[in-house]
Amino acid sequence: MIVDARGLRCPLPIIRLAAAARDLAPGEQVEVLWTDVAARHDIPAWARMRGHAVLKTQPLDEGWSTTVQIGTSAV
Amino acid sequence: MTQTRVYLDAGGRAPLHPAAREAFLVALDSGWADPRRLHSEGRRARHLLDGARAEIAAGLGCRVEELHLTPGHTASLHSAVLSMAAGRRRAGNLVVTSAVERAAVLAAARQVDPDGRPVPVDAEARVDLDAWAEAVARPGVALAALQHANGEVGTRQPTVAALEACRAAGVPLLVDAGASVGHVDVGDAWDVLAADPADWGSPAGVGALAVRSRVRIRPVGPEDEDPWAPGGVSVPHAVAAAAALRAVLTDRADAADRRRGLVADLRRAISAIRDVDVLGDPGDRLPHVLTFSCLYVDGESLVDALDRRGFAVGSGSACTSSALEPSHVLAAMGALTHGNVRVALARETTREDVERFAEAVGPAVGSVRAILGAGEL
Repeated sequence: MIVDARGLRCPLPIIRLAAAARDLAPGEQVEVLWTDVAARHDIPAWARMRGHAVLKTQPLDEGWSTTVQIGTSAV
Repeated sequence: MTQTRVYLDAGGRAPLHPAAREAFLVALDSGWADPRRLHSEGRRARHLLDGARAEIAAGLGCRVEELHLTPGHTASLHSAVLSMAAGRRRAGNLVVTSAVERAAVLAAARQVDPDGRPVPVDAEARVDLDAWAEAVARPGVALAALQHANGEVGTRQPTVAALEACRAAGVPLLVDAGASVGHVDVGDAWDVLAADPADWGSPAGVGALAVRSRVRIRPVGPEDEDPWAPGGVSVPHAVAAAAALRAVLTDRADAADRRRGLVADLRRAISAIRDVDVLGDPGDRLPHVLTFSCLYVDGESLVDALDRRGFAVGSGSACTSSALEPSHVLAAMGALTHGNVRVALARETTREDVERFAEAVGPAVGSVRAILGAGEL
């Protein structure tokens, strides 16, 4: 699943990501695309608070992409 | 709806201490002249300034000759870094900092050492001591800078151990005690100490920098009679800073204990709110500071929502500062940077103020989450 949050200011990228993650099963992955610099810090912080894992972050032509794996003990 | 305002943003700009206000007004009347002049008016101002310098030096635990007054805390930090670097040019131009130093320290350090990488901190904002020791032991280090405590999240830094590492490497240590002096004992683990009178209830407009006489230092900038405050420092500001420092040191321990208790209660209340991360070391911290980040909330809306409910708080979130970047302190800790609230209790803050605030936070957070459509996440 891909969440395109480019152009959105924080905390909206995290809110969109959380909304998408809610429908996923443990082990599934979600990729979020973002441009707001706060997301660089807030995606890992959100994942830590929620029990998910950040797999990778890479640059795109426009913005960045971060892949998150839903945790088994996710809340 | 005419409840009194509660000011919980006292860090770096505390409400004016009555002793500061009184001394400031007296000095406006009797100390307005240029203290460098030789006439009676000038000498009277000089006398007031000398008294203030002696009082501030005593409060910081340095000799009068070791005290320099500056135009303010930011100017102190800029001057300290640049002058310490200039005094150690032959040693090299590397500057060791922690990742959570004040922006003024990091900016001055970058000017001297553009490729420098600050030493990382842990999740509670405490500097990594092993990495610190390794960094200061490299060849070519001109100076190191470590805060006494972090004013944004309250965590105290291991300045004694950090100084030991600096001593072993022969590197002078600048300690930014701007958030600590007046609240906790800062001890003598420093070579250069920066203190912020505005943080202890004096009007903003003067800074205090103590430089041990053993430290090789060369002031930068064009030649001036007073290189630390070109053109001379404001006498009323210096007098107010001295009077307020004397006053806050008189009952510092009691004021700290009282606020530590209030902060501990507030910490418990805030921790109970859903999806809120309370930041910083829970024990080894400043007595009056508490910081937390709320998931799915933007800092600006939260500051506004609390302001409308009568509470003034600070925030390290990106949209609440002039910069587009969120607080480098929160980022270095790996903390959530949005929805951030920083509370710094004033000496006047009452238990009732804190209890009312604790009750207001939950509904304020909930209202912002609802507006953003994040109520159910």
